[in-house]
Amino acid sequence: MKKTKNLETLNIVIVGHVDHGKSTLIGRLLHDTDSLPEGKHEELKKICEDRGTEVLEWSFVLDAFQAERDQAVTIDTTQIRFATEARNYTLIDAPGHKQFLKNMISGASQADAAILVVDAQEGMLEQTCMHANLLSLLGIRQILVVINKIDLIDYDQKKFKTLSKQVTDYLTSIGLKVPHIVPVSARNGDMIATRSDNFSWHKKGTLLEVLDSFDVGASYSRLPLRFPIQDVYRHDEKRILVGRVETGSLSVGDKLVFSPSDETATIQTIEGWPEPKKPIKKAEAGECIGLTIDKSIFVERGELASHTKSLPMLTNVFRANIFWLSSTPLKVGNTYRIRYGTTEASMNVQSIDRVFDNENVEREGAETEVCRNEIAEITLRTKNHLAVDSFADNPRLGRMVIYEKYDIAGGGSILTEGYPDQRTLGKPKSTNITAVKALINPDMRAKQFEHKSGIFWLTGLSGSGKSTLAIAVEQALYERTMHTYVLDGDNVRYGLNSDLGFSPEDRAENIRRIGEVANLLKDSGLIVITSFISPYREDRQRARALAPESFHEIYVDADLETCENRDPKGLYKKARTGKIKDFTGIGSPYEPPEAPELVINTKDNNVEVCVKQIVDYIMNVVKT
Amino acid sequence: MYPYLDKLEAQSIYIIREAYQRVTPLGMLWSIGKDSTALLWLIRKAFFGRVPFPLILLDTSMELDEVYAFRDKYVKEWDLDCINHMCPPEEEMDQTLPPDTRAAMRKAEGLKSLLDEHKFKGIFAGIRRDEQGLRAKERVFSPRSIDGSWDFKDQPPEFWDQYKTEFEEGTHLRMHPLLQWSELDIWRYTKKEGIPCCDLYFARKDAETGEMMRYRSLGEKNITKPVKSEASNIDEVITELESTKVSERSGRTMDQETEDSFERLRAAGYM
Repeated sequence: MKKTKNLETLNIVIVGHVDHGKSTLIGRLLHDTDSLPEGKHEELKKICEDRGTEVLEWSFVLDAFQAERDQAVTIDTTQIRFATEARNYTLIDAPGHKQFLKNMISGASQADAAILVVDAQEGMLEQTCMHANLLSLLGIRQILVVINKIDLIDYDQKKFKTLSKQVTDYLTSIGLKVPHIVPVSARNGDMIATRSDNFSWHKKGTLLEVLDSFDVGASYSRLPLRFPIQDVYRHDEKRILVGRVETGSLSVGDKLVFSPSDETATIQTIEGWPEPKKPIKKAEAGECIGLTIDKSIFVERGELASHTKSLPMLTNVFRANIFWLSSTPLKVGNTYRIRYGTTEASMNVQSIDRVFDNENVEREGAETEVCRNEIAEITLRTKNHLAVDSFADNPRLGRMVIYEKYDIAGGGSILTEGYPDQRTLGKPKSTNITAVKALINPDMRAKQFEHKSGIFWLTGLSGSGKSTLAIAVEQALYERTMHTYVLDGDNVRYGLNSDLGFSPEDRAENIRRIGEVANLLKDSGLIVITSFISPYREDRQRARALAPESFHEIYVDADLETCENRDPKGLYKKARTGKIKDFTGIGSPYEPPEAPELVINTKDNNVEVCVKQIVDYIMNVVKT
Repeated sequence: MYPYLDKLEAQSIYIIREAYQRVTPLGMLWSIGKDSTALLWLIRKAFFGRVPFPLILLDTSMELDEVYAFRDKYVKEWDLDCINHMCPPEEEMDQTLPPDTRAAMRKAEGLKSLLDEHKFKGIFAGIRRDEQGLRAKERVFSPRSIDGSWDFKDQPPEFWDQYKTEFEEGTHLRMHPLLQWSELDIWRYTKKEGIPCCDLYFARKDAETGEMMRYRSLGEKNITKPVKSEASNIDEVITELESTKVSERSGRTMDQETEDSFERLRAAGYM
């Protein structure tokens, strides 16, 4: 075969269930592209004659390659180069044995494309599914499925079609695109480099034709700008921010926003060495650059620069789809370090939401740990706000590596769906505002009302009993001539918050306003009882921060099953049938308080008991 | 001319800056060969002309004369901080090793004494995956225990450009920014950037045999031999390499001594 003048290299990883023919395929691929070292083909013929096999056993090529190149080392990934007329390839061979997931991930993470080998007779087995899931997690979007050993099903087009549909259905169900599928007999070399009479029904490309149609290294220049600061160099008077443009592009004169600090500055120069003939004006995704800015703001490693119009989200809680490599299981409540881009943070595992074992079977029941070689969906929480992108929006930064002490223990993609952006919440939009100091102070009000004011914040699932309790508690307090007011979810949404829906951002804004109103009412001397699901810890924390001395978080505790059985407004039923999206506890998370001032168990206690508990608590804290 | 080289360059610069940010103190092994000189160039690029850590020549006093001359010229011209570290003598090496492997082992031992003396936490080395099967197994950030040994059967996972950069006391890191480059890539990049390189790489007439010979790989004069070649300048070297099936290290005698020579060297901390 004529060799290419194109110097671009496409990295391909080959995966699939053990014994589905990966080695044979590689051997044949090397032969058909004339990439075997001199004399290797003859040597192979001789080995096969000596062993009395009639057909050439192509997997021996790889064995011989391995033995020669690697001597005793066979368990790691191996890289083999070959070329077609169109370009160069590097084959990353990931061992099929499931214990070697670590090496497969190290190898596959460098791949631009993947070949998934499926045995025509055996179909998809557990490793096939596991590997496909990993390809999806690793973000490999160009996938070629080889239905191998097609000769063993007599080149049967119907069987091929049935299997193709199965494979396509599975891959698309885990978020991969509809793959290219090629029927192949690796042993006979059918449909690898050349077409075959046995396949007159296969009109689409051969394996090599499909590979040649793939793109080398996806271009990320068209995505929004993400420039993580890797380091800051001080050279004489200059302060150079260095890093790699991960996605998008930037130009001299662009205004940058740094997250999470939220500082802004304008790009003054893009530096180069040796001194460029013309000043550098622009840099694109993939380039490692250094730039100077017009202001001496504090920027350090870990800050993420972007343009004003498409900022990353700020949050301290998000979900992730992860694979776990460490022999010590990942556990709920444990703290790990994560890194993505140049961000490094400590995170706590809040919950493990789903776990798939190494045979790709979902484990039943509540999960508290993820073991080696398992895939899981987890919710994690960090101390400070991080600038994050979801994997779907940004494949470069929406993925993280998890460290356990010094070691890389796992990794996965970031999911931000269901959580609000904390960037804009609670920041005054207007400037030139000055608070006026009142002449009447809280002590004077308390004296007049004969009780102190306070905010009693009921939180809990829908149906846990918040509103029932709030109303009853207010009545009991009124009878004691106390000055009270109840802020209730639905009532507020008719008026004050009628412009808000149930998206994570709107929910967060809803709670922010309630917090502010509750604080004003509290300042007026009232006992304020709020009754809102208020599912996010962050939002309740913000409400607490407005009046830390007067804020009392009361967790109205009833489990999901209990609430769903009560279902006073019929909402759970609607949520279960998909009529309500983002319903807390079903399509949207509820984060129970970590240290509430009071917990009311409405599952095991009747209303009277619960009301008494709350009233007793309030009477105690508001007495003068 | 070669857009794919820009990608390789960017990847290497990313690794170099990452290492500099996370590991101190650092040093770089400069053998004066084409690979480590290209690496030195990339480091100067990464730091806008500066080299913010020392370079080290592991000296056996057996380097070729041209190698020493090249070093002296560029140390001066580029204002480099270059440590000349003498390797222990051959008599101190494991005498069960075959003679040429034993000679090469001096470098591995020299590196150990260097680390002892200077307490480097990280060392840059210009090795590449395509040079040799064992080097193909390397990680970009490769941890070594205090004796320099390498456990290639249980290496840390490495993906998405996040590296393992923190270790127990007593461990040091070898960092390999050129791992993904091939011999041809190095030559094309050397040409593209106009990086100087030692004349020994270009063919000239052997005084005794009258044959045209060049060094494909530079090593100590007692264990490195030139190979037959007509390539007398960089363009001819590139053309030659585009079609050759002869391995790069064929002039390195210690590789060929016994089947496991290189493995024994690597396991003992050789680059």
